[in-house]
Amino acid sequence: MKKIHIVLLVFIALSIAVLVSYVADLTTTETILSAKQKQGKVVSITARLDKSYANPIEYNAISNPNLTSFYIVDTLGNKSKAVYYFEKPFDMEKTEQLRLKGRMNGDVFEITAKDGILMKCPSKYKDDPIAAQNILTSN
Amino acid sequence: MNYIGEHLLPGQLGRFFILLSLVASIVACISYFKSASTSQLEEALSWRKLARIAFITDCIAVFSVFGILYYIVSAHLFEYFYAWNHSSLSLSSDYLLSCIWEGQEGSFLLWTVWHCVLGLILIFKAKQWEAPVMTVLSFAQFCLATMIIGIYVFDLKIGSNPFLLVRDHFQDAPIFKTPDYLSLPQMQDGQGLNQLLQNYWMVIHPPILFLGFASTIVPFAFAIAGLWKKNYSGWTKFAFPWTLFSACILGTGIIMGAAWAYESLTFGGYWAWDPVENASLVPWLILIAGLHTQLIYNATGYSLRPTYLFLLLTFCFILYSTYLTRSGDLQDTSVHAFTGAGMNWQLRIFLLAFVVPALFLYFKRYKSIPSIAKEESSYSREFWMFIGSLVFFLSGIFIIISTSLPVFNKIFNTKFALGDDVEFTYNRVQIFVAIVIGIITAVTQYLKYKNTSRNYLVKKIVIPTVLAIVISVCISLFGAIDYNKYGVGYLSAIHVAIFAAVYSIVANASYIWLGLNGKIKAAGGSVAHIGFGLMLLGILISSSKKEVLSVNTTGINLKFDPKSKERSMENITLIKGMATDMGKYMTTYQSNDSSARNGSVMYFKINFTSKDSSESFNLFPNLIRNTKGQEGFSNNPDKRHYWNRDIFSYISYADDMDRSEDTSKFRSVLAGVNDTLYYGNGLIIVNKVEVNPNNGKYQFTSADTALMADITVISKEGNQYRARPVYYVKNNQPQYIIDTVYAQNLAIGFSRIAEDKKLELQVKESSRMLPFVALKVYEFPHINVLWAGTIIMVVGFVMSMLRRARQNKLLKV
Repeated sequence: MKKIHIVLLVFIALSIAVLVSYVADLTTTETILSAKQKQGKVVSITARLDKSYANPIEYNAISNPNLTSFYIVDTLGNKSKAVYYFEKPFDMEKTEQLRLKGRMNGDVFEITAKDGILMKCPSKYKDDPIAAQNILTSN
Repeated sequence: MNYIGEHLLPGQLGRFFILLSLVASIVACISYFKSASTSQLEEALSWRKLARIAFITDCIAVFSVFGILYYIVSAHLFEYFYAWNHSSLSLSSDYLLSCIWEGQEGSFLLWTVWHCVLGLILIFKAKQWEAPVMTVLSFAQFCLATMIIGIYVFDLKIGSNPFLLVRDHFQDAPIFKTPDYLSLPQMQDGQGLNQLLQNYWMVIHPPILFLGFASTIVPFAFAIAGLWKKNYSGWTKFAFPWTLFSACILGTGIIMGAAWAYESLTFGGYWAWDPVENASLVPWLILIAGLHTQLIYNATGYSLRPTYLFLLLTFCFILYSTYLTRSGDLQDTSVHAFTGAGMNWQLRIFLLAFVVPALFLYFKRYKSIPSIAKEESSYSREFWMFIGSLVFFLSGIFIIISTSLPVFNKIFNTKFALGDDVEFTYNRVQIFVAIVIGIITAVTQYLKYKNTSRNYLVKKIVIPTVLAIVISVCISLFGAIDYNKYGVGYLSAIHVAIFAAVYSIVANASYIWLGLNGKIKAAGGSVAHIGFGLMLLGILISSSKKEVLSVNTTGINLKFDPKSKERSMENITLIKGMATDMGKYMTTYQSNDSSARNGSVMYFKINFTSKDSSESFNLFPNLIRNTKGQEGFSNNPDKRHYWNRDIFSYISYADDMDRSEDTSKFRSVLAGVNDTLYYGNGLIIVNKVEVNPNNGKYQFTSADTALMADITVISKEGNQYRARPVYYVKNNQPQYIIDTVYAQNLAIGFSRIAEDKKLELQVKESSRMLPFVALKVYEFPHINVLWAGTIIMVVGFVMSMLRRARQNKLLKV
């Protein structure tokens, strides 16, 4: 056996270890209901803001700039409260869809990572043809 | 209908030139193919002549398209969708170029422009390789031309044309029923450039990055040519400067992107392992692997097969990245991927059109690629360089596997995502890559090709090793690197990685004298390695010692999940005019100012005064109003540079963002001592009344007439606050001082003494008491090491490139 083969074997073994560690870290996408059954486990959920509340997002920078709490509802109609231990992301009110990564703790979905909220909203790089159309037809 | 005032000529010319470039590139491709395939010299030359004419025509067409598009944007011809959607009158001229590459079409155009430039150089320089190499490049030009052709074939949209008119784009919009729609207000100005792209890095970073992308096709094309013409080794020396050039430019482009992210995004750093970032890093890692194996082959004859593989894969991964970032498949995981423009199938074909033939050719020819059966010695440079290349390659593969999760999900219809700590998922693997690479780049320099005597190695390497150990131990001991967020294991890995980085810097620097006897001309590789080592060191130190300065000190304790490793209290609230304790500094939000171009930027003046008053400075983090008809703002950080650190601040939230009139009024209530009042969020208890108070807050003396109400406010959450409004008489006039409980948006005044010794209190609950901002402040230590390392690495690349190019020239003579 050549040295290079030994090296390759070592690399293959390491690669498998790395991949296994990736897999161990993977989260699954859940609904609010199924997330509630997996208490404390990190999951991703896709939801919308629950517009049945007048103010679905509560953020009071004066009393605590590091806490944003909001109410979510998923496509199956299940509802939950969510807390995010960071500032309210810009334009969160306007988002059409939220992709959240965190864990259910009782009835509250807790998001402890800064990038635990990904907003699907017509902003940033994303050209929004509907907004453009609105501009065109307004005035 | 005849519309009034439209400038249709530029668009018609533009469309014509796009079509011309499409036709010319396919003619060039076929002619070069014919020229490369024939064995008849005369026939080859005549095909080549035709191909050159076609390629130069293609170049003229592409440059014209770019020029016309720039003209449309800069002349503000808003009847064109590209100008209307991506620019506005108020943009300064340097950002007009950025408008072009804001859109998909413009960035494809930028890519083809660079292909043209590279192709023209290759026509002059590539000699006998011109025909096969240019066949590949012309084919890529053809593919890119289809991306901007914008025609429909049986309902199938091919490409997206940058010369569409607004009325082509929104055919049903009612305003186009009037012939002079251009005079309507909504057509008078464009939608503007995305606010995040209004940054000087965005003028320079895309052209450099796309030059990097475009240049990877050159080594790829040489490799294809070698396989195709079965001239397996003739090009490896000849094309080596091109590989170096590509690695240099692509690397610079990536780091410029990191600098832009650092300057204008709020990831809290220069790198966030965002899929879009990874997508350009992975080809670079593989290219670096290919560069080293190519060097090995040129020196020893080993490693030709991996050289082919790496160089082919580099370009394949460039195309894969293009697909990833532009198809919209990454939208669930990336902050800034493009949305799909309905071109997914086309992007996939673009990818497959190169990957399938390239890999097919590689595996078909694999057996005939020369390879030396005898094993490399463990004391040879080539052996360890090859190991290093392999590590680079694997590191790239690991990154692309995690980045591609959305693609796997799409293929296998699964729903996986990375864990909630994405950065650590990458970092914990890549830190070991950094360790291995650092040590290999240090030691391998002292090995000679073929074989090295142990004596020589030991004699030479002792000094740099000892030096590196001493320096890195000093950094570890006195650098206060105590990043224990992920435990001792990871912290030790950081310390080892710091040693590896220092080792790489010291060993490579000493090698210039110990190994090369100070011959700087030959030291390109060493210089590049020094730069790379510095980059590693800068990354390690700045990330592990990155400090949140704006730690919340309001005393409000939040209950955190003990499982959470995040230090979540990263924002501090500053009330206008009130100095707030922020660790090393007293910070004051002094003023805000909406100024700049059409009032779209809101600046906040934040004063930082260090507690020992040794320095005082202002930062102006700002909010930029979103363009393109979207409400809201994007934030834009401001920072102060020191030689050894940066103070970096941005606005997380400002009350101005959702400004509403403060309509709440004071209501007066009567209360005796020990009475309890209610307010919206809790209780107000009057404890006692103090005469002529003299305390930290007020200094009244017995000569005054002043009464202070001592009040406790208890919120529903159970937090207690103290309020001390004062009623006093001055110049025979009763006056009062309001005290405010900011945390409860509650203002309390003590306005007079009523009957029965009752106090008349004025209570106001407001939605918005005072202007304030929530601010986030980071300190990045030694970030300059990273930028300096980058510059040194680029210098090293350029030195090597010049030297190899000169050697090639000498070889020919």
